[in-house]
Amino acid sequence: MSTPTLPRWQTLYGARGWTLLAVFCALFMFIIPLLNLSVSADSVLHVSDYSVTLVGKIMCYAIVALALDLIWGYTGILSLGHGVFFALGGYAMGMYLMRMIGNQGQYGSTLPDFMVFLDWKELPWYWQGTEHFAYALLLILVVPALLAFVFGYFAFRSRIKGVYFSIITQAMTFAFMLLFFRNETGFGGNNGFTDFKRILGFPIAAAETRIGLFIASAVVLIATLLLCRYIVTSKLGRVLSAVRDAESRVMFLGYSTLRYKLFVWTLSAMICSVAGALYVPQVGIINPSEMSPGNSIEIAVWVAVGGRGSLIGPLLGAGLVNGVKSWFTVAFPEVWLYFLGALFIGVTLYLPQGVIGLLRRRGSKS
Amino acid sequence: MTRSTLSVTPWLFALFLALIGSTAHAMEVATLKTLAEGDSDAKIEAINQLIIKADASALPVLEAMNTNALGLTPDGHVVIQNTSGALDAATLAPMLPPPDSVDAVTINNRVRRALDSALSALRLFSPARAVRLTAAMDLQNRVNEDLLPLLATALAKETDQEIQFALHQAEAGLLLRAADPAVRLKAATTLGESARAGTQSILSTRLEKDATGATIETDATVRAAIQKSIGQIEDRLAVGEYLGRIFSGISLGSILILVALGLAITYGLMGVINMAHGELLMIGAYATYVTQTLFRHFAPGLVDGYLLAAVPVSFISAALVGMALERSVIRHLYGRPLETLLATWGISLILIQTVRTLFGAQNVEVANPTWMSGGLSVMSNLVLPYNRIVIIGFTLLVLLLVWLVLARTRLGLYIRATTQNRAMAGCMGVPTGRVDMWAFGLGSGIAGLGGCVLSQIGNVGPEMGQGYIIDSFLVVVLGGVGQLAGAVVAGLGLGVANKFLEPYAGAVLAKIMILVFIIVFIQKRPQGLFAMKGRSAEG
Repeated sequence: MSTPTLPRWQTLYGARGWTLLAVFCALFMFIIPLLNLSVSADSVLHVSDYSVTLVGKIMCYAIVALALDLIWGYTGILSLGHGVFFALGGYAMGMYLMRMIGNQGQYGSTLPDFMVFLDWKELPWYWQGTEHFAYALLLILVVPALLAFVFGYFAFRSRIKGVYFSIITQAMTFAFMLLFFRNETGFGGNNGFTDFKRILGFPIAAAETRIGLFIASAVVLIATLLLCRYIVTSKLGRVLSAVRDAESRVMFLGYSTLRYKLFVWTLSAMICSVAGALYVPQVGIINPSEMSPGNSIEIAVWVAVGGRGSLIGPLLGAGLVNGVKSWFTVAFPEVWLYFLGALFIGVTLYLPQGVIGLLRRRGSKS
Repeated sequence: MTRSTLSVTPWLFALFLALIGSTAHAMEVATLKTLAEGDSDAKIEAINQLIIKADASALPVLEAMNTNALGLTPDGHVVIQNTSGALDAATLAPMLPPPDSVDAVTINNRVRRALDSALSALRLFSPARAVRLTAAMDLQNRVNEDLLPLLATALAKETDQEIQFALHQAEAGLLLRAADPAVRLKAATTLGESARAGTQSILSTRLEKDATGATIETDATVRAAIQKSIGQIEDRLAVGEYLGRIFSGISLGSILILVALGLAITYGLMGVINMAHGELLMIGAYATYVTQTLFRHFAPGLVDGYLLAAVPVSFISAALVGMALERSVIRHLYGRPLETLLATWGISLILIQTVRTLFGAQNVEVANPTWMSGGLSVMSNLVLPYNRIVIIGFTLLVLLLVWLVLARTRLGLYIRATTQNRAMAGCMGVPTGRVDMWAFGLGSGIAGLGGCVLSQIGNVGPEMGQGYIIDSFLVVVLGGVGQLAGAVVAGLGLGVANKFLEPYAGAVLAKIMILVFIIVFIQKRPQGLFAMKGRSAEG
């Protein structure tokens, strides 16, 4: 062992890494919020509300990309169903937000509007208690974890892997989308949840609330990054990479790969869910289309573009792809799908290591 | 309004009256007055009187009443309005000059019901068999004792067995309320020969309780007979329903097979995860649409045959697109399944957007040729649509051809050799690169055929492929990779299972249950139904 005496935090990042993180923290937790709230709107330095929401959204996407990278880039399991966990977190948060509307909905009932519309007289059992924020947080963490654990246990136990696993996760997200599209499922059907009013007592549309959510997203993003870094630099992380590279050999060496895979799969789902929970109050809507198979595949493209198997890669990828997307869909909406399609093809053909791989190659050449 | 058109009208009516087999003699003016001016009860009474008299000459007036063409002039004449003017309802002669203003005779739903049964009743005497049969079938749903004498007259005249049966049924339906228990008993037994849901409900109303709590049918033996007849009808209906479900299951299954068969080649044999498979279906469907449009433009007379031309067109266009994809993208990704998955998803996005740019984002309309509309009536509640029958036959044909290509041709031999052991096949002189291209083209072409079939039963739009991609993969995964037989069994099984679950769970829940079933099934047999045997630890 080369560095047994170093404290654990020093093995995560070197001096340069920690400095970069500090700069990032300063930028996203103090400077951007200040520039949005305190600088007058006509100044050059002002950061518009639109940009704040956009960057906040992209940070949520970046968390999802990290979660997928943990399972795909490091463990070699491509999930095409991460949209489900994202949406489940979003729905759990959405339930809380719906309850917080109270009787200010269109029908003036304490029930959410869509239930009044369906002529339901009382809350279904699974809505009980959702008016408490702490319980909603619990749901956000537990429900996706439970689903991922059960699904993963059965899938990994019978050693489903590779493309088979991808297809089955895609079927899962498709099934959930169908389920949530039904009105009788009790999650607003087609329209999902929207028209939120308050979160934790603060009006949801207020500038301060928006900045609060923005900072929360940044904090969660940093925390997720550190957690992932902690995992991939640990012995656990080594085993995960070994599973990715030669699973049979790891098994023959006496490791129960099921446990490792199951742990990282469940953790990844929970991270995804938290991202979804942060996403919903910022964009103000959640509906079943978040679970469409296409959305889940798009997550994979963020990771592939950035470079899987590194933790900065997915962050870059999520930022780049979504930044370009928000510009394209405004400027040339009909070209966006061509571009996205070409991106899928180009990255897989020419950039197997993503943008990070490109940068690294440049770095090693010079 | 010219004189000549007016003078044609009586001829038309004479012709019409000749058709219903009756001479045009005048209706009583008093009856006409009641029909036009009486209150609803009086009108119904008058209509029922006409039924009892079996007076076919009343048909024109009743039909006019039914289409709201019966009117009343200010001076009290009852007239029938038509496109060119008005007829005197009593004589059916044109009124000259036409009346200045006509008040339409209004009827309410009660009158309309009485009218309907009167029309059916009088049509029983039409010389056309089809008209009589429709009328007799229709009368089985009427509850109007005034029809009884008329039914008896019709029965005496009727020679056709099927119509006789329908008339007997209609009569029994009415006799079920006769005063004499023996008559009711006989009627109940007769009704047991029916296979109609309507008859079943007529029977069961007799077993309901009235306001005082007593059963409407007072006689216990009759009740037992009714109960027995209901059971018989239920059995017959259940058989029809059961057969219908099997049929629609096979029909859905054959569509699944056709949709998944191309994938069974590209994924099952070649191992290429082609997420653009759904878009190849879409290309086949759009090729069908283009063929139809060309036929409409250049050969309107042959429009019904466009589908025959569309089959090769959709095969070739999808195959060409598939081969181009294989050469340009997929070739570089062999052995990297996850990358193939992402790249082909990108291809599918580009194809969708291309079609959107070319044909617009809306669904396009592809019509069934006339020879495919309609259906084969097997039982009262079992009609097999021709287009489904054609699709099942087509699927069988495609299966046979694919099997022949793979098992009996040189190309098939090369494809199997390449997929089993690429290096060895190459050593033996098989041009593996080109075989890949042809095999991918074959799989894509079959997807195109699937699209051609889908265009006949569903919407054709840029995103239609997306809905099928997951289904097709599930069929292939369930069937077992590398086997066509697996895809066939899995497709049929999923189709039939889906149709049997739907009545209990609803379409969406049935689909979810199937997905869950597949996920569980894969646990037990990760290799699918028909596994290739091997000893690899990688599995």
